[in-house]
Amino acid sequence: MKTVISRSQVKGDFVSKVAEISGENFFNCYQCGNCSAGCPSVDEMDLLPSQVVRYLQLGLEEEVKSCKSMWVCASCMMCHARCPKGVDISKIMEALRVLRLREVGAEGHIDVTDFSDDYLARAPQIAMISGYRKFLPL
Amino acid sequence: MKYPYFPGCTLYTKAKKLDDAGRECSLKLGFELDELKDWTCCGATFPLVNDQHITMSGPTRILADTKDQGNDKLVTLCSVCFNVLKRTNNVMLNDEERRAKITDFIERDYHGEVEVLHYLQLLRDEIGFDVLKEKVVKPLEGLKVACYYGCLLLRPVKEIGLDTMEDPSIFEDFIRALGGEPIEFPYKVECCGAFQAVHSMDTATRCSRDILRSAKNSGADVVITTCPLCQFNLDDRQPEIQKSDPGFSSIPVVYFTQLLALALDLPAEELGFERNLIDPLPILKEKGVIA
Amino acid sequence: MGELIELTGLKDGEPVTCVAVFGDHADFESVPVDRRVMVIGGGITGITSAVDLGNAGYQVMLVDRLPSIGGRMLQLSETFPTLDCAQCTLTPRTVESGQHPNVLLKTSCEVEGLKGEPGDFTVSIRQKITYVDWNKCTGCGTCIQKCPSQSIALFERDAGRMTAIYTLSPQAVPNKPVIDAERCRYLTLGKCGVCAKSCPVEAIDYEQQESFFEVRVGAIIVSTGFDIYDWKNKMPEYGGGNIPDVIDGLTFERYLSASGPTAGAMIRPSDGKLVKDIVFIQCVGSRNPEFHKAYCSRVCCMYTAKHARLYKHGVHDGQVYIFYIDIRSTGKGYEQFIQQSVSEEEILYIRGRVAKLHRDGDKVMVQGADTLTGKKIEIAADMVVLAAAMVPNDGAKELADILGINYNDDGFFIEDNYKLASVETGQQGIYLAGCCQGIKDIADSAAQGSAASSKAMVLLSSVRRQKQEAV
Repeated sequence: MKTVISRSQVKGDFVSKVAEISGENFFNCYQCGNCSAGCPSVDEMDLLPSQVVRYLQLGLEEEVKSCKSMWVCASCMMCHARCPKGVDISKIMEALRVLRLREVGAEGHIDVTDFSDDYLARAPQIAMISGYRKFLPL
Repeated sequence: MKYPYFPGCTLYTKAKKLDDAGRECSLKLGFELDELKDWTCCGATFPLVNDQHITMSGPTRILADTKDQGNDKLVTLCSVCFNVLKRTNNVMLNDEERRAKITDFIERDYHGEVEVLHYLQLLRDEIGFDVLKEKVVKPLEGLKVACYYGCLLLRPVKEIGLDTMEDPSIFEDFIRALGGEPIEFPYKVECCGAFQAVHSMDTATRCSRDILRSAKNSGADVVITTCPLCQFNLDDRQPEIQKSDPGFSSIPVVYFTQLLALALDLPAEELGFERNLIDPLPILKEKGVIA
Repeated sequence: MGELIELTGLKDGEPVTCVAVFGDHADFESVPVDRRVMVIGGGITGITSAVDLGNAGYQVMLVDRLPSIGGRMLQLSETFPTLDCAQCTLTPRTVESGQHPNVLLKTSCEVEGLKGEPGDFTVSIRQKITYVDWNKCTGCGTCIQKCPSQSIALFERDAGRMTAIYTLSPQAVPNKPVIDAERCRYLTLGKCGVCAKSCPVEAIDYEQQESFFEVRVGAIIVSTGFDIYDWKNKMPEYGGGNIPDVIDGLTFERYLSASGPTAGAMIRPSDGKLVKDIVFIQCVGSRNPEFHKAYCSRVCCMYTAKHARLYKHGVHDGQVYIFYIDIRSTGKGYEQFIQQSVSEEEILYIRGRVAKLHRDGDKVMVQGADTLTGKKIEIAADMVVLAAAMVPNDGAKELADILGINYNDDGFFIEDNYKLASVETGQQGIYLAGCCQGIKDIADSAAQGSAASSKAMVLLSSVRRQKQEAV
């Protein structure tokens, strides 16, 4: 379970890119956990939102890249709305998704054939459009 | 008085009832929703990373069209469209670099001149809830309404500025103007799961369950929303919720314009309630809101 | 040393003046110095200053806007890290300052103006209406027993009841009552007058008017203390004061107090049922630069641990949960106190903040997180106690403007030099002590009270004084 961290890892390319395109400074976060306490998607997450930020602070690129949390974030912005340090985690989650999708492609995150005709007949367009925009590389 | 109006894709089809009722009611209230010409989809997402500009080209074009058609305001009914257009407009106003990139790409001249308004905001700030109250023909007396805001109508508060985040009141004030009884419930600003409805269904089901339970436990007869995605999640997830929680009792979820229409005495049969999975008619009849 | 001209008692209203002898440095000058001191704010800090000065032979006027002295400490149950009874510790000091030959208490008074210069200030004071002639009143308490008007008690933090004619506490110093005009039936409705009828010395005066007086002093010590952040209006996510079983730490002090509204019983405000699951939340409004206060309120870690232990002493099988971010226990014996709380009292610390509280049936649902296990936590609590941020007392900025001293963005008075002159202000002759300068615990407040009094003594017994512009 030992994890070696180093200067090059803490300032690694991937985490630097996440910081750059999200516009968020992970080091503003002091890990109070308020975001995690109020996040509606935690049940389906493997890392709490605050842990995702912690992994980024440590530069643990592989763990962050493989986490499930970014994919179940609903961009509801509750984390940001209550963050005592003004960190917008919804932007960090989006940055992770976007970089991942750009790196490895859609990976079958969303597939219209997964849904029944009845479901598609009732689901509003905004659900499909935003779903596809969130889960396809852009 | 005419207000330029952006319906958006969903309101043209699956949420037609939200749109129809909104337009009809505006006529009763003395203004007209003047549909923007040649509008396109807003994109339904505002990009949350700063190197992604393409998704802003659509909403920027809509805003530039609004301006070029001689308007300085644009009204929306859908929370998603409202959020996307409003936030895009903020970028056009405040972020010179991104503005230039996007307007150069779509070859339009736009600097954020249009004010994006939600219909509720229009009723509160331009028409006035006191005027609305006077125009009510059939007050929603005794109807206990859970006013569900969700995310996009409010957040991010600093950018949207419609109301406060934890304890907003515009929706409750609206229901009071209609003569109904807004009930407080702790989940009114929580998320319904949003687009996870087409990805992580469990998230949408669980989020919707928590919201609906909370509304029901607080004594609500009906939940209202401004958002077709919220309406879909909250309404359509109920059979699934019931499977995992047999004690769950269903509650209808309707659009705010539908209740507005009833209070203004528009015929209930024209309001599209038949599209709801959980039929609101029994409770509306029981409460005497419709005959 | 300066020649002592004359020393007469302050209580006789005569000036007391000494002439200082001065060096020949160009920056120093020779002026007469008034050897009396005013202390503004009669909490533990101001009391300590006043008694120190009095014992050193200086005459002191101790001013408080409330009807009696004692301040916040009088509201506390027991104090960390020793779990001494706060009132038992404080009462001898309040009594001492009340009886001290060199200390004159002026309660129900507010400072309205300042003239003069260091060593020779003239302070204008407004004596508020008490509706009781304290020269006649013997403090027998008959009026309080007879008063038919019951309403929410200020001293009990809205938790208990009190009469319209009241003393702040049973141990009030001075032990003389005042009438709350807004609650008094006679003053609001013109009917009643029970207190006047029952008073054996005819001390009740419904016609009493506000009065003003001036006093000359050489130095002023400001110790106006703290208040609790207005979480009820500013934190709707914690129920905005609408969930009866969610209270702040200072209110909980009253619940813990044997003299408090529940006589120390750990019962829910909503229905009087015994509290079996109790949640404490630290850093409520503190350490939150985005929405509330950026600073750490410094004493909450300790008093929350104390609260938890005192609760456990009352309810042995109760479960305590404390949501915290970091534990700050830097005083002498403080860390040991925390460690003991955890290991011996089995108090469960959960590392994380709480995002939201809401009522569900008769429980308060607590939505928190434990960042150590990476779990979102939900607890159905009987009671939730908020360690709400501490802020400068209401009116502190107005007083600072009158005195010509500075305050920071949070309203705390600014000292001359944080490290080396923490009780001095930019204004010579005016000193700071206690929480008005920055949040601190009782030990530090009392120490600073003594420090401020010694700085005042330095000025007033000085052989020379730095040249000053008049304020």
